Order: sequence, then C-alpha cells, then structure tokens
Amino acid sequence: MLRFILHRFGHSLLLLFLVSILGFTILHLAPGGPLSQFALSPGMTQAELHKIAERMGLNRPLPVQWFDWFTGLVIGDWGHSFRDGRAVLDIIMGHLFATLLLVISSTILSVGLGTLVGVLGATRRYSAFDYLATVGAMIALSIPTFWFGLVAIYVFSLKLGWLPSGNMYSIGDESVLDYARHLIMPSCVLALVQVAIWSRYMRSSMLDVIDQDFVRTARAKGLARSRVLYAHILRNALIPMITLLGIQLPTLLSGALVTETVFTWPGIGRLFLDSLGYNDYPVIMGVLMFTAIFVLLGNLIADILVASVDPRVRLE
Amino acid sequence: MTHDNGTPRAGISRRRLLQTGTAGMTLMMSSVAASRLAAQETSGQVIIGFSQEPTVMHPHMPHIEVDEGIHFNLFDPLFTVDPDGNFQPALVSEVPTVENGGISEDGLNWRVKLRDDVVWHDGEPFTAKDVKFTIELQQNPEFNAMRRTGHELVRNIQIVNDHELTWEMESPFAPYPAILSWTFMVPEHILGSAEDPNQTDFRNNPIGTGPFTFGERVAGNYILLNANPDYFGEGPHLEKAIWRYIPDMTVLYTQFRTGDIDVIGLQGIQPDRFEQAQQIEGREIIVAPSASVESISFNMGKPQFQDPEVRRALSLALDRKSIVEAIYYGVPTPTESFLPKESLYYNQDLPVAEFDPAKAAEVLDAAGWMPGADGIREKDGVRLSFKNSTTAGNSVREQAQQFYQQTLASIGVEMEISNLPPAVMWGEYWQMSEFDTVMVGINFSTGPDPDVSNYLHSSGISAQGGAGQNTWQYKNDRVDELLEKGGSLFVPEKRKEVYDEVQMIVHEDRPFLPIFQYANLRGHKTGLEGFKPNVNVRIETWNVGQWSWADS
Repeated sequence: MLRFILHRFGHSLLLLFLVSILGFTILHLAPGGPLSQFALSPGMTQAELHKIAERMGLNRPLPVQWFDWFTGLVIGDWGHSFRDGRAVLDIIMGHLFATLLLVISSTILSVGLGTLVGVLGATRRYSAFDYLATVGAMIALSIPTFWFGLVAIYVFSLKLGWLPSGNMYSIGDESVLDYARHLIMPSCVLALVQVAIWSRYMRSSMLDVIDQDFVRTARAKGLARSRVLYAHILRNALIPMITLLGIQLPTLLSGALVTETVFTWPGIGRLFLDSLGYNDYPVIMGVLMFTAIFVLLGNLIADILVASVDPRVRLE
Repeated sequence: MTHDNGTPRAGISRRRLLQTGTAGMTLMMSSVAASRLAAQETSGQVIIGFSQEPTVMHPHMPHIEVDEGIHFNLFDPLFTVDPDGNFQPALVSEVPTVENGGISEDGLNWRVKLRDDVVWHDGEPFTAKDVKFTIELQQNPEFNAMRRTGHELVRNIQIVNDHELTWEMESPFAPYPAILSWTFMVPEHILGSAEDPNQTDFRNNPIGTGPFTFGERVAGNYILLNANPDYFGEGPHLEKAIWRYIPDMTVLYTQFRTGDIDVIGLQGIQPDRFEQAQQIEGREIIVAPSASVESISFNMGKPQFQDPEVRRALSLALDRKSIVEAIYYGVPTPTESFLPKESLYYNQDLPVAEFDPAKAAEVLDAAGWMPGADGIREKDGVRLSFKNSTTAGNSVREQAQQFYQQTLASIGVEMEISNLPPAVMWGEYWQMSEFDTVMVGINFSTGPDPDVSNYLHSSGISAQGGAGQNTWQYKNDRVDELLEKGGSLFVPEKRKEVYDEVQMIVHEDRPFLPIFQYANLRGHKTGLEGFKPNVNVRIETWNVGQWSWADS
C-alpha cells in the first residue's frame, strides 16, 4: 500500500512540474501583458510603461522569470498579485472558502439525491418513476447553468422575493442563517446537473451488480430484501462512485465558475477569470497550480479509498 | 438599513433578531443608536454595484477608472472640479488663479494656501509637507507613477509655513490646474519613510483626508468605507458606503431590479435595456454624459487616407443619425468635436456633418478615384480598400461597423472588419499606428481642460518617434502653433478663441470622424439624493460624501 501511494505521489509531482512549465509558457506567449490595460489612460506614455515593466522584472528572459517564480513556489512564496500587491496564497485562501462552501454543499445535495434516485430507478427498473427520472436527468443536463441561474433569480428573488439574488452574505449580517439563505439558490443550481449525472451513474452501477451471482445467492439464502439491497448491492455499486467523485471534483470547480458569476459568489473560478482579464500572472499561475494540486490530490485520495474499500484492488 | 422602496424583501430587523452571538447584538445596538441620532448625524448606507473590481487603493499607482471611484471618497485633491467645469476648493482655502495672485501672470509661479483644519484619518494634521511630498512622489523615477504629465514641470517647492507653499513651473502649463484636480494628496508621515515606494502597506490600508475612511476590502466581493466623523467639508451623510463587485452585466442589472444594490454604477445599464429600466418602480434612471467621443479614426500614414477628398467622402457616407438612433437606442448625443458638449470650450459654430452617399460618390469621382475591374475605386495604383478594427466582442460596435461597411460598399469603397482582442488592439497596433482605420471611443480632454496636445500635436506621433497618442499621424502646423499657445494661456476667454479655431481646423481636416459623445446609463433607488454625474471625472461615485437618503 505504501509503495503504491509513494509511486502515485511521485507521478503527481512530475505532472505538477510539467504543468508549471506549460502553463507559464502559454500564459506569457499570449499577446498583451499586465500593463496593457493602462496604455489608454490619460497621461500614460509607452516609455513610462516600459520603465514600469522593467522595475517589475517583466522584461527578463522567460526562463529566468520562470525559475524565479518556481523556486518561490517550492519554498511557499507564490508571489504577489500585480493588481493589489497581496500575497497570492492569501488571495487564493480568501476565495477558497467561498468555492468550497458552494461545492461541498452542492456535492452533498447531489450525491444524496442522485444516489437515492439512482437506487430507486434501478430497483424499480422501467417503472413510471424510472422513466420520469431518466427524462428529468436529460432535461437537467441540457439546461445551461447560466440560464437556469437567471430563471431561478427571476422567480425566487424578483417575483417572489424569497431569496437574495446573489452574494455570499449581507454585509453587516454574517450569521449562519444569512449564509444559508444566500447558499440555497446557487447550491441547488449547481447541484441540478450533478444530480442528473450522479443518478445516471448510480443507476447503471446498481444494475451491473443487481444481476450478479452473489446477489442471487444472497436472495436464495432467504436474506431480507433490505439487507440484500444495502449490504450486498449498494456496497458494491458504490465503489465506482468513489472514483467518479475523484474525477468529478475538478468538473465541479469549473461548473462552479458559471454559478459563481450568476450569483456573484466570490470564489476561485471568478478569481481565475478576473486575473486572466488583467493578465495578473502570479495569481493566474497560483490558481492553476492550486487547481492542479487539487485535481491530483482528489484522484490520489479516490485511488487510495477504492483500494482500501475494495479488497480486489488491494491484492494486485 | 438600505432604503428599499417597493420591494417585498424581509425587513432587516427581523433578520437581525434571528442572529445569535454578541457581535450581532453589538451591531444591532449600534445601528439603533445611529438611527436615533439620524437627524444630525450620519445614517444609513448605500450599496453601489460595479462591474469591475477596484483593487488599487494607492491613488498614484497605475490603476483604472473603477479605482478612482474609491479614491475620490478616501482622499481629497487640493481642489475638485464640479459638473460645470469650475474648480471648487477642497484642501486649499482658495483655488489659486491669476486674479487672486495664486498663479503669476506668466503661469510660472504658484502660491497655494491650505486649510488649517484638516486631519488625516489617523489623526495627524494635514500640512504643506504632504502636498510637497505628493507632487515629488510623481517625479520620483523609482515610483510607478500613473501620471507624470504636468508634475514633471514643477520645480523648487518651498514650504512657507504649515499651510502655505510655493513652487515654480519650468514652463507655463495651462492644464496643470485640471491635473491637480485629480491629484489626491497622500500622507508624508506614512509614505515618506518607505524604502521602496512601490511596495507599501498603503496599497491595502490607505489613509486619506476624505469623507470616508477605509473599512475593509473582501477581494472579489466588496469594499466597505465608513463615514469620517472628522471630515472638514460637507458630509458625509451616510454611515457606510459599500461597493459591490458584480462582474456580469446581466446580473448587475438584475440585482438593481431586485433592489440588492441601491446604485448601478460602472458599467451601468446597457442601452438595449433603457426602456425596460425606466419602467422599474422606485428607481430613477439617469443619462450621464461622458467625455468620451466615438469616432472612425484614420491612419493618415496609409496611402488611402492622404487625400483629404477621400476623408471628406467617407464622412459623407457615414450615417451618424441612424447609428445613434437605431444601434445605440438614442442614448448618446451626435457630436462634431472631440471636446464634450458640456465644456465651455466646445465650439458651437461647427457645421453639422451631412449624410449623403450620392454626394460622397461624386466627390470621389471628381477627385479621380474611379471604380476598377472589381468595382472598388482606385487611383494611382492605390485601391480604396481598408480594414476597420476595434475590440473584439463589442457586439454593439460591430453592428455599427457592419452598417458603415454596407454604405461604403454601395459607393465602391471596400471596408473589411478585422477586430482584435483588447490587449492586441490597444497595444502597438494602435499606439504605433499600424492600423488602417479604427472605431474607438476616446476621452480627449484633460478633465475640464481643453488641452489636446497629447492627441493632436505632431510631436505626439509615437510611430514617428514622438511621445503621445497622436495615432492618426495628424500633422498641421497651424494646429501645432495653436496648441502651444493654448497650453500657455491661463485666461479662459482667451483660450476659447484658440481652441475654437483648433476644432474648426480639425473638423475640416478630418483625421477622425466624430460619431457621437458617449452617455452612460446609471440608476439609483428613488430617495437617494446628491447623485450627480460629472463629465469632468471618470467615475460617477466622485461625491458619495454628499449623498444622503431622503426621509421617507
């Protein structure tokens, strides 16, 4: 087990190294730079911009800039934002809470609901409920998150006035209840697509198990229906779901970007988009590396979990 | 506490009551206390929505318009400029002019008298030392200064006493008062000791003299300013001012409709929603003129555009009225000049450009530009064909481009639309005059000042080694002469004659074809008083200190 983990860990480090070089190069190859936004400002001249670029070290050869940045990355100094001068890690941590709050709550919602719908659909195959769930999932998958978010705001904020139209909390009122009120719409919108995906996977995973010999044996032994369902079928059907969760994590982060925009949720996705708009290199690279670490870690944990849950994987 | 007329949202007091914890209780009590004092003290708050995020709190480091929306409320200049273009004293006791002896007749010697009752947000007194420091900071070669123009000419700043100082100018520079009206004073006692002027804590903990003090900034979310109880001037009337960052224009508008924001600021309401917005109950929609002028800009270094008759014909083929009415929903105002119509210096006698494609064709015929085999006009081997570029993704402007393209095609002129991402478009392509033609909105003037040397003097052609924004490569000796004269005159009446002539010549030379002067659609909840658009500054939140809620 330890060897397995170390092996995977080594792989991950190499990947991160490659991501850092690729990301850095592509970012700097794109035209324009962090100072191009000031070119049209009254009183600013090209000569002055060149001088500022020099002081910021933007005129140095690219490999030198990369080396400087990368050594900083290794020792935990991820640089400072070109925009507000704050440390990149502080900025990321500031936005991480918002994203995690949204992603975790919507994941709990979608995994719970998705599993339930999937299990019910599989045990009552071809029933009215199963068909309804299938059609519902197709519709949910086809609706763009942005549009769905705006419709939700229109109905629940503008027409009914039940929920706030955006933001994470009311300024001056940061109680748990206030957070919860603000969280309802964005997490439901984000969960909608996830429920659809999750229920489809759960259903087919259940069906894979339901017809297997050991299930028939268990039934033949005369075990209670519920015991067969929970102890035999569900436990086995959930194993592929762990891997799915690992793969879905990064998708959730990018799916959160749209939700974050519609509901003005100050998360990582928006930080990344804003930083791209202003060519804030240190922050862009910081978020990129952070996401890469997050993705690799997600997969690593999923692999370890599968290995510990499923004895068949451990034997190899 | 936000005034909310007509929206069925739950009252804030009920939410407050549901809160637990001592922090919540304290807040509740303080808000009760504040409302009791409301008659003579500050009360209420305002939430302003911006589609861009203010991030640069240091007013002299490179920044964009949105940042100035905060600077105006944290800091003060020596004097401000009101919507009519007049200077009003802020940190000075009297605006220096030639009449009151503050500026010498030749414009070379300045004497500035300061108020003696101003304190910084940290309690330190504001003195002449701070003014000297602020101006010298702009001259510091190690500092990433946003604007050195004008400040570079200041020499020999002498502190007479704590509230009076003098300086000399290397040469007379009439736009300097306008530049000073944007130059926010920063504290010497905090920034003076910084080792590296570019890396200071001030960027995130600004200390000013303004009507509001810095509360907090939650990155990507909002900025909160608190009323400054020791403010020397009028206001503030509000206890808190909050700028919310709402990146999507549709969402920004939606939050204005739901009442989550009280004021819709930069970039406001899109013209296609103008009519709908006017129907929202409990909201006031304001058409705020901006100093930016939209134009078709020619690169006069290209062979197609050297013949003045070509530029005249292209002007005749430009249907300004339809562009304004049909594409921009009638929001902006057609204009003939590069100066805003609100300016004292706008030349009222400029002839109105006509739209007459048949006449445009005649002009081209007469000038010898004849259709070639493919129907495109040409003369001496030069085809009357060119690219028109602007920022990619601006769908409204793209419609205007296509509209112009069609008219041109009907008179045998080929215009190809080639739009570029902003970083490419406004980089060397624009600055070094590599384009053919561009559709662009430019703010030519320096605040209320009519000086446009940077744009129209021949020394401003970067492509020819100059330093400036004369990207049209426009060169007219008389205009050069007039601009030099206008830049050294300090009496408005005398300057007006000069700039009237500049506008007339440029109107005839047509290095660019003005289409319209921009207007921005802004809005706020009914009951908010003091919101006053100002064409002489770049942002609408320039006077939040004077805003208040009417008692309803």
